This record gives sequence, structure tokens and C-alpha cells, in this order.
Amino acid sequence: MTTIKSLEDLKKAKEEALKKRDAKVASGVAQVIVGMGTCGIAAGARDTMKSILDTIENESLTGIIVTQTGCIGLCEKEPIVQVVIGEEPKVTYGKVDAEVAKQILHDHVIKGQPVKEHMIQM
Amino acid sequence: MRELSLHLLDIAENSVAANASRVKIVVIEDTRSDLLQMSVEDNGKGMDAEMVARVVDPFVTSRTTRKVGLGIPLLKEAADACNGFLKITSEVGIGTTLFVQFQLSNIDRMPLGNLAETFFQLLITNPAIHWIFEYRVNENVFEFDDAPIKAELGDLPLTEPSILSYLHETIVTGIQETNTLNIG
Repeated sequence: MTTIKSLEDLKKAKEEALKKRDAKVASGVAQVIVGMGTCGIAAGARDTMKSILDTIENESLTGIIVTQTGCIGLCEKEPIVQVVIGEEPKVTYGKVDAEVAKQILHDHVIKGQPVKEHMIQM
Repeated sequence: MRELSLHLLDIAENSVAANASRVKIVVIEDTRSDLLQMSVEDNGKGMDAEMVARVVDPFVTSRTTRKVGLGIPLLKEAADACNGFLKITSEVGIGTTLFVQFQLSNIDRMPLGNLAETFFQLLITNPAIHWIFEYRVNENVFEFDDAPIKAELGDLPLTEPSILSYLHETIVTGIQETNTLNIG
């Protein structure tokens, strides 16, 4: 690995991210949380998370924060994804595979329309 | 779980849950000694001896006051089946180190799987933690320390698309270039 080239690339990536962030004004930060307890991982949460991160990367979706959480006590509904947009209440989704994760990003996070058929009541 | 890298993700989540601020993960595949070794070292809240015994084998205890997960016992079982072992050293207030070893060529050994994805996801989804990753295949080494990257980025989230691309590529390429022997 050539570390010096690597750092230059990082600076380029940083500039690009700053430019895009400045262009996007006040649409509210979206937070996507994936359940990464043993139950979640065993049920395929890594693929769900991969789908979310790949979609953000491939479609250049800016202003989305992605984090993880442990087991929330709904192991049978894993993989679980939660979405919080701005000040709106948290929405919880169950049985989120790679495809559903992509749909949640497109419909809920970008367009603001929750994916009703995969929502679960807490 | 069908990949050791999934177990690794699971084990590292324990460090996150233990409020670690620094986690170091080392994965070594060595054909000369025929060993696959993985360790996760954190500076989280740590455990006393009783708790360590319980997380390794949750069914031998009569205590029911605290819940204990199955992630560690599952990994221990996988190691025991491959001429290997799992060991935890921990100290309250100092941190925990989990070490697990497998016979590399054992027919029952799970594949390592997508190690890059495990490293990448831990890094991205736990930005407050200082991550250090090390992957060795015989004499080849890939070392990744996120400190200089985070210093450069300041408060810019790692989930910005261009940053994601950079980190993804760095980790995937680093691991591919290290595993020139193409061990699973």
C-alpha cells in the first residue's frame, strides 16, 4: 500500500464531501440504525448493512448517518432497521434484507414515505 | 453463522457494548504453523473472573440475574472443533482481550469470509471508537489505523459517499493484496 497516495485520495474525498454537504441545505439529517446483536448478525444484518452503505456510496446519497445498535429484544424480527428523519418519531422495520433496505432508503429516507408493509409496532 | 468474519463482527460488538473507546482487531493466517488466529482487544469496562467464565459457558451457571449472549460460546465451539481454543483475559476497568485459534487446514474450519466488510462496517457505524485493524497472511501485512483519517476529516461524517468510497476501497484492496495465497 502506498500511504502517501492514499492520503491525497482522502483529501480529495473530503473536498468532494464538503462541496456536496454545502450544496444540500436544511433538509434534515436522516439517521439509519441497524440491529447488530448476535441475533441480527445471524439473521443477515451484515448484508442489510452492506446494502445500505453500498446504496449510499453508489447513488451518492449525502446527509445520512448510519449507526448500529445491539439486540433490542425482537430477535425473531431481525434483521431490524430503524429510521429517524429530523425530529420525526423513530420508525422500526423488521425482516429487512438487502432489497428491503434499499427500498427503505429510496422511499422513506429520500422521499419521506415509510415502507408500511415492513414496519413493526414497538 | 457461517463465516469467521461474521463471528468477528459479533465479538467486536461486545467491545462496543462495553463502552470501549479503542478496539484493535488482529487476524492472522499462517500456513507455516497451520494456524488461523483472531484477537479483539478493547479498553472497555472489562469483566470479573466470574463473568468471564459465564460468557464463555453460559449454561453452567445457576445465576439468572444477568443475561448472557450466545455469540462467544458459538465461536468457542467452532474453535474447539478445529483443534483450537478460545481464551478471554479481562480486567474490570481496564478492558478485555478475546483470542481464538483454529487449525488453518482443518476440514471443519469455517471460511474467514468477507473480512473487509466486517472491518468496514465496524469502522463506519461506530465512528466514536478508535479502530485498529491488522491482517496478516504469512509475511504479508495489512495495517489500518483510523486515527490519521479521522484527524483529517474533522467532524465530517464517515457516511458521506466519497468518504465511504475511499474507506471501502482502502480496506478491500488492503485485504486482497495481503491474501495473495487466496486462503479462504
